[in-house]
Amino acid sequence: MQKMLLGLAAGLLLIAGWAGAQAADASGIKAIKQVSETEKCVAPKEEMRRTHMQKILHQRDETMYKGVRTTRHSLQSCVNCHVAKDDKGQAVDINNPKHFCSSCHKYTAVSIDCFQCHNSKPTDPVVTQPIVGNPDFIHPVPLKSSAEVSQ
Amino acid sequence: MSNTEQPQTCQCDGDSCDNQRRNFISKTAAIAAGTVVAPGIFLHQVAQAKNAAEAATDAVRWGILVDTTKCADGCTDCIKACDERNGLTKENRPEIAAHWIRKVTLRDKATQKENSLPLMCQHCEHPPCVDVCPTGASFKRPDGIVLVDKHICIGCRYCMMACPYKARSFVHEAITDQKAHAPRGKGTVESCTMCVDQVDQGGQPSCVTGCQHGAMLFGDLKDPESAIAKKLKEINSVQLRADLSLNPGIRYHGL
Ligand code: HEC
Ligand code: HEC
Ligand code: HEC
Repeated sequence: MQKMLLGLAAGLLLIAGWAGAQAADASGIKAIKQVSETEKCVAPKEEMRRTHMQKILHQRDETMYKGVRTTRHSLQSCVNCHVAKDDKGQAVDINNPKHFCSSCHKYTAVSIDCFQCHNSKPTDPVVTQPIVGNPDFIHPVPLKSSAEVSQ
Repeated sequence: MSNTEQPQTCQCDGDSCDNQRRNFISKTAAIAAGTVVAPGIFLHQVAQAKNAAEAATDAVRWGILVDTTKCADGCTDCIKACDERNGLTKENRPEIAAHWIRKVTLRDKATQKENSLPLMCQHCEHPPCVDVCPTGASFKRPDGIVLVDKHICIGCRYCMMACPYKARSFVHEAITDQKAHAPRGKGTVESCTMCVDQVDQGGQPSCVTGCQHGAMLFGDLKDPESAIAKKLKEINSVQLRADLSLNPGIRYHGL
C-alpha cells in the first residue's frame, strides 16, 4: 500500500513536472482549438491528465463491439486536435518527441503501442457539423468527403 | 383424455374481447412508435440510420447480394475501391499483401462455364474464425458483421486456417500512414469489415459503391422492405459452400 502511494505520488510529481516544463517552454504543444470557453479539452485539463487512458480505452471497446461512433473520446479526435508542427509547419508523427502524446509519455516513461496501427497525424479533414442526430457526433471521416478526398 | 376436453373459451363475450385486444394492439403500436430511448432517438428508426451514440443491434443483419451475371471478367473496381478506402497498399510486396477482397473465377467442372466473382469475408452467421479464436478477438457484431478486434488479436492465425473462404490476411510488416478510419498494424489478422464505420453512419461498403456494373447490392437482410430482401425474394441466389451451414451474409446470383 505504501509502495502504491509512493508510486502515485511519484507519478503525479512527474506529470506536474511535465506541465511545469511545458509552461516554462514558450513553444509548448498547444491544441488547435478549444471545446468551449470554459472547457479547453474534452474534459477539464486536470481530469484529462489523470483519466485520459480510461476514457480512450472505454471508447475503444464501445466502438469496436457496439459500433458507437461518438467522437468526444475517440482516439482520432485527440489526434485531430492536439497537433504539433515541426519547423516546416508539417504535423509531426508519434516518433517525434514533439508529438503531444509522446512528449508527455516520454517524460512519464509510458509506452503505448496504439500508433502502430492508428495514425498519429491528423490525416483527414475534421468535420465540424454533426452528421446523424447527435450534436456530440463529429466524425473524423465524413461519408461524403472520403470520396472527395480520394480524387 | 385431454383432446376430448372443451376447447378453451374466452371469459368475456366475443365482442368486447376482440375490442380489448384491438385496443391493446393499437396502444402497443403507439408506444412502439413513440418510445424515446434518448432525446431525439426513436426506437422505430433503428433499422434505418443508427445514431452515433447508439449500439448496433440484432434488429438488422447486413448482407450483400452479388449478381455474378453483371460482374465483369477482369474488372477489379471493387478491389481498387476497397484498397483505396482502407489504405491497403500492395504494389511493392505483392506476395505478402493483405487482400480484403479478391476476384475469383469459378469453373463448373462438368460444363466448363466460368463465372467471375468478388470474394471477401462472407460474414457468416456461424463463423468458424470466431469458434477457433483463442483470445476472443475474432467476433461477430449483433448486426452480423464479423470483425477482428485487433486490440486483443495475438496474430496466431488460427482464424485464417479455419476460414473456408480464405478471406483473412496477416499483416507481416510495419505500416505507416494508415487511413484514420482503418487502423492496421504488424502482427495482427484482418479481413473485410464491410466498411463498418461507414455502415454505422448509414453508408455502404466501398466495394458496393465502387462497382461500375451495379453487380453488388448492400442492405438489411432482416427488413422485408429493403431492396436486398426484395431482390432475394425475386431472384435465385446461393451461398458459397452452403454445405457447411455457416449461413453467410453474402449471397451470389447467377452461379
Ligand atoms: C493492431 C492494430 C491496433 C492497435 C495496436 C490499436 N488499435 Fe485501436 N483500433 C484498431 C482497429 C482496427 C479499430 C477499429 C476501427 C473501426 O472500427 O472504425 C480500432 C479502434 C479504436 C478506437 C475507436 C475508434 C477511434 O478512433 O476512437 C479507439 C478509441 C482505439 N482503437 C484505441 C486504441 C488505443 C488506446 C490503443 C493503444 C492502447 C489502440 N487502439 C491500439 C486497431 C488497433
Ligand atoms: C477540441 C480540441 C481537443 C480535443 C478533441 C482533445 N483535446 Fe486535450 N486539450 C485541448 C486543449 C485546448 C487543452 C489545454 C492545453 C492546451 O492549451 O493545449 C488540452 C489538454 C489536454 C491534456 C492536458 C495537457 C497538459 O497540459 O497537462 C491532456 C492529457 C489531453 N488534453 C488529452 C487529450 C486526449 C487523450 C484527447 C482525446 C480523447 C483529447 N485531449 C482531445 C484540446 C483538445
Ligand atoms: C500530461 C501527460 C500526458 C499526456 C499529454 C498524454 N498522456 Fe497518456 N498517459 C500519461 C501517464 C502518466 C500514463 C500512465 C498512467 C498509469 O500508468 O496509470 C498514461 C497512460 C496512457 C495510456 C494507457 C497505457 C497503458 O498501457 O495502460 C494510453 C492509452 C494513453 N496514455 C494515451 C494517450 C494519448 C493517445 C495521448 C495523446 C492524445 C496521451 N496519452 C497524452 C500521461 C500523459
